[in-house]
Amino acid sequence: MLTQDEAQKLIQEVLAAYPPEAAEDRAKHLAVLDGESADGGGCGITANRKSLPGVMTIRGCAYAGSKGVVWGPIKDMIHISHGPVGCGQYSRAGRRNYYVGYTGVNTFGTMNFTSDFQEKDIVFGGDKKLAKLLDEANTLFPLNKGISVQSECPVGLIGDDIEAVAKKKSADLAKPVVPVRCEGFRGVSQSLGHHIANDTIRDYILDRPNAAFTGEAGPYDVAVIGDYNIGGDAWSSRILLEEMGLNVVAQWSGDGTLAELERTPKVRLNLVHCYRSMNYISRHMESKYGIPWLEYNFFGPTKIADSLRRIAAKFDARIQAGAEAVIAKYQPMADAITERFRPRLQGKRVMLYVGGLRPRHVIGAYEDLGMEVVGTGYEFGHNDDYERTQEELKNTTLIYDDATGYELERFVEQVRPDLIGSGIKEKYVFQKMGIPFRQMHSWDYSGPYHGYDGYAIFARDMDMTINNPCWKMMTPPWRQPGAEAA
Amino acid sequence: MAIRQCAIYGKGGIGKSTTTQNLVAALAEAQQKVMIVGCDPKADSTRLILHAKAQNTIMQLASEAGSVEDLELSDVLKAGYGGIRCVESGGPEPGVGCAGRGVITAINFLEEEGAYEEDLDFVFYDVLGDVVCGGFAMPIRENKAQEIYIVVSGEMMAMYAANNIAKGIVKYANSGKVRLAGLICNSRNTDREADLIEALAERLGTQMIHFVPRHNVVQRAEIRRMTVIEYDPTSPQADEYRQLAHKIVNNKKMVIPKPLTMDELEELLMEFGILDEEDTSIIGRTAAEEATIPIQAVA
Repeated sequence: MLTQDEAQKLIQEVLAAYPPEAAEDRAKHLAVLDGESADGGGCGITANRKSLPGVMTIRGCAYAGSKGVVWGPIKDMIHISHGPVGCGQYSRAGRRNYYVGYTGVNTFGTMNFTSDFQEKDIVFGGDKKLAKLLDEANTLFPLNKGISVQSECPVGLIGDDIEAVAKKKSADLAKPVVPVRCEGFRGVSQSLGHHIANDTIRDYILDRPNAAFTGEAGPYDVAVIGDYNIGGDAWSSRILLEEMGLNVVAQWSGDGTLAELERTPKVRLNLVHCYRSMNYISRHMESKYGIPWLEYNFFGPTKIADSLRRIAAKFDARIQAGAEAVIAKYQPMADAITERFRPRLQGKRVMLYVGGLRPRHVIGAYEDLGMEVVGTGYEFGHNDDYERTQEELKNTTLIYDDATGYELERFVEQVRPDLIGSGIKEKYVFQKMGIPFRQMHSWDYSGPYHGYDGYAIFARDMDMTINNPCWKMMTPPWRQPGAEAA
Repeated sequence: MAIRQCAIYGKGGIGKSTTTQNLVAALAEAQQKVMIVGCDPKADSTRLILHAKAQNTIMQLASEAGSVEDLELSDVLKAGYGGIRCVESGGPEPGVGCAGRGVITAINFLEEEGAYEEDLDFVFYDVLGDVVCGGFAMPIRENKAQEIYIVVSGEMMAMYAANNIAKGIVKYANSGKVRLAGLICNSRNTDREADLIEALAERLGTQMIHFVPRHNVVQRAEIRRMTVIEYDPTSPQADEYRQLAHKIVNNKKMVIPKPLTMDELEELLMEFGILDEEDTSIIGRTAAEEATIPIQAVA
């Protein structure tokens, strides 16, 4: 376990490498938290600020937040990457948000639609091309339910009036055509892209005249908000909600549809998993339609049971009994998993560096397996995320906001955790340092990790990574003790 | 001899295109081999040389052909009066796209296609009035134009613009070879105009290379899509352009300008009676408020 002093010393060591101004700035993003002294003040961390020039940040851009996260998974809409081809192509199908449907017929999730800007589109404007592209896409894929236009940087620079094109085409095609001003240079990270995307859902979907759903809300109708169905996460979540008696009418946005978005203003409760990317629309639905929202956490049996009970508390006795039945049904399975893997994982130390939710949400799951999170941080969290993180921490923990490549490497070198959970950009650096690594954005081609079913997979994956025999082979035979003698 | 590349800047509507084309016609008459590169989406930099309404532009042709790589030099380069080679970068309609990128693309194309490798004596870039973005600074970047002439008149805004352009030149002069080569006064018949521009030139560290008087023949020629040199070669105005051309051929005074501060410029304008001493008591006062003040007090 890390002591306060060790952790503070580590931070000072890292800061010493920076020029004075940079050190002063970075100092505000690094902290040590002690579970006992937690004061609920957001760790004293400064968050959601511009990254320093010259450091290697791991952040993405507003386009990534809108197209990649919020809009992209709405499967029956076409999402056009408006601008040069690269943004769309390099982000295509990379996020593992599963869906059911016939791709290219009634769903379009893994396809790349782009206006493929050329020099002439920059000089003469891309609006005419966009209008043509919208017609073509609609002709080729007539079962699409609507189209979103995801702006890449040049669109903002040349001032294309995508709103005017979208308005006209929306009328022509009799479908929503949503212009999203998520140019990559806006904001400090992908976080602003989430916000912009949320706002466009509000303005162009929920507020759209003649939106499809005119029915009334059933007594147990709920929506799952901010579950992107990575490796099937939303599926292993909704079965629990349905088993306890709730009626999940919408998934935002993993495996989601336009009709589900349109129906959500008529639910009884919004269940928010990724608060960071979807709190905006949840707050909007609360103020405009009076729909309460509740943050929950479906990682690991402790948090799942706690969340199921908190959700049930918002409903009647029937649902509460349903929640208890669900917990009673799955707890033995979860216990069996814990019993099997805990002896192999007990006491293992984990460092996390993920996006806007998992740096706090997966802590409970690791603790269920007897593991300890010694460091965590967000790429694009805000202060309210750090406040929520503090509540989850039990022992001394390093906190790093928008960590730089240098900081992560130094922290890992010194702490030498047994496992790192972060993204693809970090993976190979740390594996080469001889430290087991799991991708905590994409689940490393695995998943789901949500729900009881997800816990089984999560536990297996952590075990097979940490206890993989390959880590014992990092030292080549000629450097092993006794090699000289042989 | 190396090609002399010159760019003409100045406030919008000051007469850059007209002056440039008359100047270039005079150079051609004096057996100089010249090319004009129009850097303005309006594409009106070559009409007096070509007797055309507007030449097909590089960007327009590139758009029709697919991309600029599909074009040949012969598609875009037209010869006009006196063998003057004419090319227009072109660009979008007002309010859409990025005209600056059009200029960058067009000039890169000309370079790659070897437009500057011919036996040219002069290249003139006629640039959109306001250097609103990096694209319109393209002619003075990366060692393209090295001589800058600013067309100016004795009007206040024209002089403000000239001073701002000088600031832009300083920026690129420090990293390259671009220099201010002189002010061309295109007269608007304002009071003491020549003296004023001489004084401005002196403050900037440059020269008023020529004072071009105002004359109706310029308009008469323009209606016929001709330069004065071609339309009425014996007119005194044609001689003015010939003088300007002669001075430019022999011009050796290339400087890094010393732009004036706003206060200095206003002082200069007050000195020549163009700008009144500022009455700070009226700032921020509405018409309604002024109406409540006794007339004597206002006076």
